[in-house]
Amino acid sequence: MTLNLSVSPDFPPTHLSGWFIFNTWLQRQLNTGVHLELYDSFDAQREDIRNGKIDLIYANPYDASMLVRELGFKVLVRPRNRADETVIAARHDDPRSCVEDLGAGINIATTADPDVHTMGMIMLESADLDKTNVSFQECDSYVLVAKALLNGQADAGFFLKDGYDELSELVRHKMKMLVSSQISVVHHTLVAGPRMQEHAELLTERLLGMEEDPKGRDVLKSMGLDGWDVMEDEQTEFMIDLIDTLID
Amino acid sequence: MSEQDTGSVGEVLIKYYDGTERLAKIVDREVPYPDGKLIVSRTDPSGIITHANRAFIEMSGYTREELIGVNHYILRHPDMPAVAFKDLWDTVAQGKKWQGYVKNLRKDGAYYWVKATVIPNIRNGELVGYTSVRRKPSRSKITESEALYVTLR
Ligand SMILES: Cc1cc2nc3c(=O)[nH]c(=O)nc-3n(C[C@H](O)[C@H](O)[C@H](O)COP(=O)(O)O)c2cc1C
Repeated sequence: MTLNLSVSPDFPPTHLSGWFIFNTWLQRQLNTGVHLELYDSFDAQREDIRNGKIDLIYANPYDASMLVRELGFKVLVRPRNRADETVIAARHDDPRSCVEDLGAGINIATTADPDVHTMGMIMLESADLDKTNVSFQECDSYVLVAKALLNGQADAGFFLKDGYDELSELVRHKMKMLVSSQISVVHHTLVAGPRMQEHAELLTERLLGMEEDPKGRDVLKSMGLDGWDVMEDEQTEFMIDLIDTLID
Repeated sequence: MSEQDTGSVGEVLIKYYDGTERLAKIVDREVPYPDGKLIVSRTDPSGIITHANRAFIEMSGYTREELIGVNHYILRHPDMPAVAFKDLWDTVAQGKKWQGYVKNLRKDGAYYWVKATVIPNIRNGELVGYTSVRRKPSRSKITESEALYVTLR
């Protein structure tokens, strides 16, 4: 039986080939066919997850709750040193220098990434801003969020911190951070579905061993990761509880 | 910092629901909520602190050792009306999420305002505790809450 691997659509495009390399690595470890299914849209991916099509997914923290609590998936590992932090940025020459300087009626460049959008909105609350008094411009990537800011279409932009840091220096110099989240316990996870459970133990062992092995290290590097850390059930539950407090 | 802060120092006897009380130092000085951070703590079902993140430790002024194992009312500010916490406990007891603005008392007697969300932690159908996550409140919500809470005390 071929198993299906998928990746949350928010991964940086520079690591696309890395996920194909990981897929090949995975087939060797499990000695079974694995197909990598990628999505542009979070909603299309969620629908396939709900329909039982996905067996292993590198999930964003926002989806972890649905996967674990509704669909019986199990978190195996998390990427080391890769917390999902959110940045709200403005143009460098904008006189507004903190979130509280932003006022009702602003336009925000954002993406469909649910984590970053949620955290961005939470960080706007201190300025009495919410979806009723700001407008949005949804962009397909953080590069396009930056573009919307720089050409004056948006007053502020929401970025995944890693996405912000990966922008070219030239672009970053034309922007400034109004705020950057420091949460550290909200991050992506690798989550196994029901059909993957029989391989879960072996897979976890191999994932944890990747950084010890030259081939494994190359695979990690191509995905832009340092290594994996094991996630105990209670750590997962804690992260999900925390995210639950952030969504209405 | 709130414009009304006087910096005055006083002592207030705080009486808790369980009959205990303590003489607390109260300083009329606001410590601003740190940007971008979430203050996170967890309690057991009775409100005893079991987990505190770094932001919680930094803002409360206590060490982790001083916080773990004590009742969450250690942060109770005398300006907070009892009904606010009754509402909190009534809400979470029903398994629901509670949200509200809370003025907290630091170890040094100063205070900080938060927008708090408390949810029950359910594991295998059983209540094992509560998680509270606080974020930065807007100045207008603080002013509104101050005005409301004086009338409820
Ligand atoms: C998870 C959780 C977090 C709480 N956080 C606070 C807090 O930050 N500050 C506070 O004054 N009370 C907090 N409380 C409420 C206290 O348990 C307590 O009810 C309150 O301080 C009032 O004290 P009293 O019940 O003795 O009057 C929290 C309760 C729970 C369950």
